[in-house]
Amino acid sequence: MTTPAQSHAPLTLTPEQERRIDEILGRYPTRRAACLPTLHVCQEAVGWVSPAVVAYVSQRLGMAASEVQGVVTFYTMYHQAPVGKHVLWVCRTLSCDLRGGKTMQEHLEKRLGCHAGETTADGQWTLKKAECLAACGYAPMVQIDDRFYENLTPEKLDALMDRIERGEMPAQEETAWTPNQAS
Amino acid sequence: MPDYKNILSNRYPLAQSWTLAVAERAGAYGPARKALGTMTPEQIKNEVKAANVRGRGGAGFPAGMKWGFLNPKPGQDVYLVVNADEGEPGTFKDRTIMEKDPHRLVEGCIISMYAIGAHKTFIFVRCELVLAIQRLEAAVKEAHQKGYLGARPFGKDHPMDIVVHPGAGAYICGEETSLLNALEGQRGEPRLKPPFPAVKGAFGMPTIVNNVETISSVPDVVSMGGEAWSNLSLLPPEMKDGGTRLYGVSGHVVRPGVFEAPVGITLRELIYDFGGGMLHKDRPLKGVIPGGSSTPVLRPEDKVHAPDPKSPMNKWHGKSHLDVPMGVDTMRNLGTMLGTCCAIVMDSSVNMVEASRNLMKFYHHESCGQCTPCREGTGWLEDTLNKLASGRGKASDVDLLVDIANNMMGNTICALADGTAMPMLAFVRKYRKEFLEAAEKGLGPSHRLDEAVRAALVGGARVAAHAEAMGGAA
Repeated sequence: MTTPAQSHAPLTLTPEQERRIDEILGRYPTRRAACLPTLHVCQEAVGWVSPAVVAYVSQRLGMAASEVQGVVTFYTMYHQAPVGKHVLWVCRTLSCDLRGGKTMQEHLEKRLGCHAGETTADGQWTLKKAECLAACGYAPMVQIDDRFYENLTPEKLDALMDRIERGEMPAQEETAWTPNQAS
Repeated sequence: MPDYKNILSNRYPLAQSWTLAVAERAGAYGPARKALGTMTPEQIKNEVKAANVRGRGGAGFPAGMKWGFLNPKPGQDVYLVVNADEGEPGTFKDRTIMEKDPHRLVEGCIISMYAIGAHKTFIFVRCELVLAIQRLEAAVKEAHQKGYLGARPFGKDHPMDIVVHPGAGAYICGEETSLLNALEGQRGEPRLKPPFPAVKGAFGMPTIVNNVETISSVPDVVSMGGEAWSNLSLLPPEMKDGGTRLYGVSGHVVRPGVFEAPVGITLRELIYDFGGGMLHKDRPLKGVIPGGSSTPVLRPEDKVHAPDPKSPMNKWHGKSHLDVPMGVDTMRNLGTMLGTCCAIVMDSSVNMVEASRNLMKFYHHESCGQCTPCREGTGWLEDTLNKLASGRGKASDVDLLVDIANNMMGNTICALADGTAMPMLAFVRKYRKEFLEAAEKGLGPSHRLDEAVRAALVGGARVAAHAEAMGGAA
């Protein structure tokens, strides 16, 4: 994959994003501890962890660029390459798979015309397989950007994705809760 | 539904239960006022000890005892770190606390910080749980505005703050020392122990790392008194496994979800009463993973063998494993673990080679790579299972699985390797015939794990059309 030209330019954040990073730095006894949350802020701004992000974070937190890169490659939620407009994680781990996780993945691959790990040709969606997302009782489920969508069927998922493609952001539903009789 | 009392989850059904106004009207911060206003740190610690709170994160270590390991030198800060990196496959209980009643966790932090002499709590939440993070951050802000956090919480000269720290996607960060490295901005690789976190934890300071549910139990322990809270448990007091807790059930049951019940209900109650029984009436229970994927699988047909009257399990001699009360020690005596109390239920349609292959793929993906037995072992297990599943395996591969697992156990810095090897060994031991069959002829397409529900999810024609379109590739 070719690296976009702008990734070689130094990263500039908005004053609001800079203020958020200052606020994050104030929470911890060391600068380095701000590494994970700062990377999240930068990824939100740029869309992925570009070389410019790594350079910025290492300079801002006083870490070697290789140390920041080591952190980035350790964790799955930092995108090491540009992603689509929406990132869709489909859970593949046991509880989800018992309730149709694989069926959902296949349905998504068919709808999007790409395999898990790839981005659609129009750049709208990146499809990724997720390991357990702590929604086992509400399987099958997907995470789209920052929301969980649970208790899915192919039809429900299609309807959600149609709405998202129209520019809506359907709300995450409260998880079901059944109290015991005595309460 | 059974008629146990909802205590930890009593505010879940309220509208806007995550806001301070609603939570406080329903009793929140009363225990904190009592603790900080009328009790000494020593008294609180004694109540937590008397409550016999066993850690709710999976290991089941007594929380009171863990707190007792703290012995800070003069001038050292003490930190409380809350482990909210919920990611053990099958486990989804802590999320409900953070989403539905974040003030219970905040209140637990306030009381616990006062008890252990800490001024700062870091709540380490996996960043995928965006709603939980939003609600926790809002709850912390509300508590600050009310003065429940800050310079003088409840009039006590004991400044307190809570920081919600997002993870970045790594199962291993649920291991406490790996979590501390991630908190400090490093790769989440577990540390050698000793020193234990109570001596040298976050930022080199004495630190207590507790699970979300453990800390969320503290307000009820304070308001009811430790002994009364402990006695909620259905287990005999000498087992020192007290209180009420959250249970989860997922997989092939009618009503998967999270429920609250006393410590010591049975797996049969969890599956058939809370979970509503098996999803398909004609497909009986084949195996259940009792408390997250690292806990060895149990079979319903296995019976407790403890004829010796002096054995702690003698009371249940001859009974099915499903009818033994779930506790840290009872489950250990069955050769498994209580873990997180979130069961994965598998019916007769499940092929256990495929189930274990799903989990070994998980562990291979999540091994941090620091220790050779784990980095290589998890991958080797997955490869061997892939061979068996695809029909390229041989009977000796089944023994190879056992050999690899045995060489992983106890040979690594943290427990991820043990948590991989133990379930692998149980799968092979209890369902050996299926592994040998796979060695002979591989697994067909009908062995998919979602075979039992696929027909209900999609029509047969669409499945066939899709298989063709994808050229059979998965």
